Amino acid sequence: MLKISNVETFYGKIQALRGVDLDVNDGEIVSLIGSNGAGKSTLLMTISGVNKAKRGNIVFNGENIENKQPHKIVDMGICQVPEGRRIFSRLTVEENLRLGAHANEKGKYFENDIKEVYDLFPVLSDRKTQRGGTLSGGEQQMLAIGRALMSKPKVLLLDEPSLGIAPKLVNQIFVSIKNINKEKNVTIFLVEQNAKKALELADRAYVLVNGKVTIKGSGQELLKNKDIQAAYLEGGAKN
Amino acid sequence: MEYFIQQLVNGITLGSIYGLIAIGYTMVYGIIGMINFAHGDIFMIGAFVALISFIIFGLTGVALPIILLLVLLIAMLFTACYGWTVEKLAYKPLRGSFRLAPLISALGMSIVLQNYVQVAQGARVKPMQPLISGGLEFFNNSDFIVTVSYLQIFIVILTIILMGIFTYLITKTDLGRAQRACEQDRTMTALLGINVDRTISITFIIGSSLASVAGMMFVLYYGVIDFYIGFLAGIKAFTAAVLGGIGSLPGAMLGGLLIGLIETFWAGYVSLEYKDVAAFSVLIVVLIFFPTGFLGKPDIEKV
Repeated sequence: MLKISNVETFYGKIQALRGVDLDVNDGEIVSLIGSNGAGKSTLLMTISGVNKAKRGNIVFNGENIENKQPHKIVDMGICQVPEGRRIFSRLTVEENLRLGAHANEKGKYFENDIKEVYDLFPVLSDRKTQRGGTLSGGEQQMLAIGRALMSKPKVLLLDEPSLGIAPKLVNQIFVSIKNINKEKNVTIFLVEQNAKKALELADRAYVLVNGKVTIKGSGQELLKNKDIQAAYLEGGAKN
Repeated sequence: MEYFIQQLVNGITLGSIYGLIAIGYTMVYGIIGMINFAHGDIFMIGAFVALISFIIFGLTGVALPIILLLVLLIAMLFTACYGWTVEKLAYKPLRGSFRLAPLISALGMSIVLQNYVQVAQGARVKPMQPLISGGLEFFNNSDFIVTVSYLQIFIVILTIILMGIFTYLITKTDLGRAQRACEQDRTMTALLGINVDRTISITFIIGSSLASVAGMMFVLYYGVIDFYIGFLAGIKAFTAAVLGGIGSLPGAMLGGLLIGLIETFWAGYVSLEYKDVAAFSVLIVVLIFFPTGFLGKPDIEKV
């Protein structure tokens, strides 16, 4: 469905991605783990068209997307929930969700879609007239995911959904991600520093080190991998 | 007292014109974080288009309300094209460049537009005979008769209508939401499938149309224009936008009104020659005590 081959991305002269190969199949949950600065967010921004790949191809459903503008990529069905959630803090919860519906045939199915989001995250329904900036971190993450779902994506790119969120809510958010994948049939590409959670959830996973994929395999395989345990699980982020 | 009321009426009229221009400054600042110094000249272009259309339609002998409506639409249309083109030519290629670059480009664009009109229309002032005359008189028995001209009523009512439409557009429509989203985070807006470049273009189109209406009002109110009117009116409207809090739309309207009132009262009670000094002095004082303007507020974000 989404196939990334030999992608290289630069920030000025600094090379952030050094030839990434990776693919995401229809209906899967794929996790990408790696430490700070490995290039995880850069990869997502490259897929979304915010950063341009200098070399390499990104193919989505048979179509090259590496030179498309970000809003075109969303129209095709790839939507990203970026790191730090990036809620429009001065807009209300409902306005944030309405913005997400832009790509979805100008919000033709808005009423129905927003109800689905409220069913998934009931707390958003209680707060729909509040400004986005007044929500807690966890609620903002739910809003960010809900907002992305309003565009009816085929693939959802999630960047660090557990960052800065109370542990109790982290579990809830991971359960929601699983539901979105299973019930709404949305393919998930998840980038996480919380390696344990990300690997438990994933069908398949990749490890990114210094802009290159070093290890790949099923989520369970990677959980048992000695190198990964040493580098990302035992000493690293715990829940 | 009568004199005070007269100045109040004059000030509100002038303030309406400044307010309409100020919206263009504040919108562009809000969405791409630059001061569009060519905006005053867009207003001047609007005034010229209005003047030319008034003369053309004046010859046809159509009824006055129809002339006003036609001129309004034509001025908005033409000026919007200018605003759109300026953005495409002078600012869009510099997006992502350092912050000062579009600002310098804007100053350049301002000079280009002034000289273009000077060459195309001549440097001499262009007069127009009053189109809307007469008015209402109050306090007929006192020493000072307060006159509210029909033109002043027209200007204020038209401003209120436009502000109403504009407020609806910004707060209730998809376009307005997209604009407010772009103001906060352009990358995120694009990540939701919104065409950011188009949203910015539309911002310029709306700002320019409102400025052109101000231009038309200016022609009607003062009866003379030249290629240089955009400079002072532009700077005053910019002052109004800063006074109200740059980036804040209600602030621009309020700021415009305040600058209009301050200028008129100063001219009426203190000194006509120093009316411009008054407006700018107020700006300095406000910036010292309220650096974000009256209605501009620093963003408080919960992390």
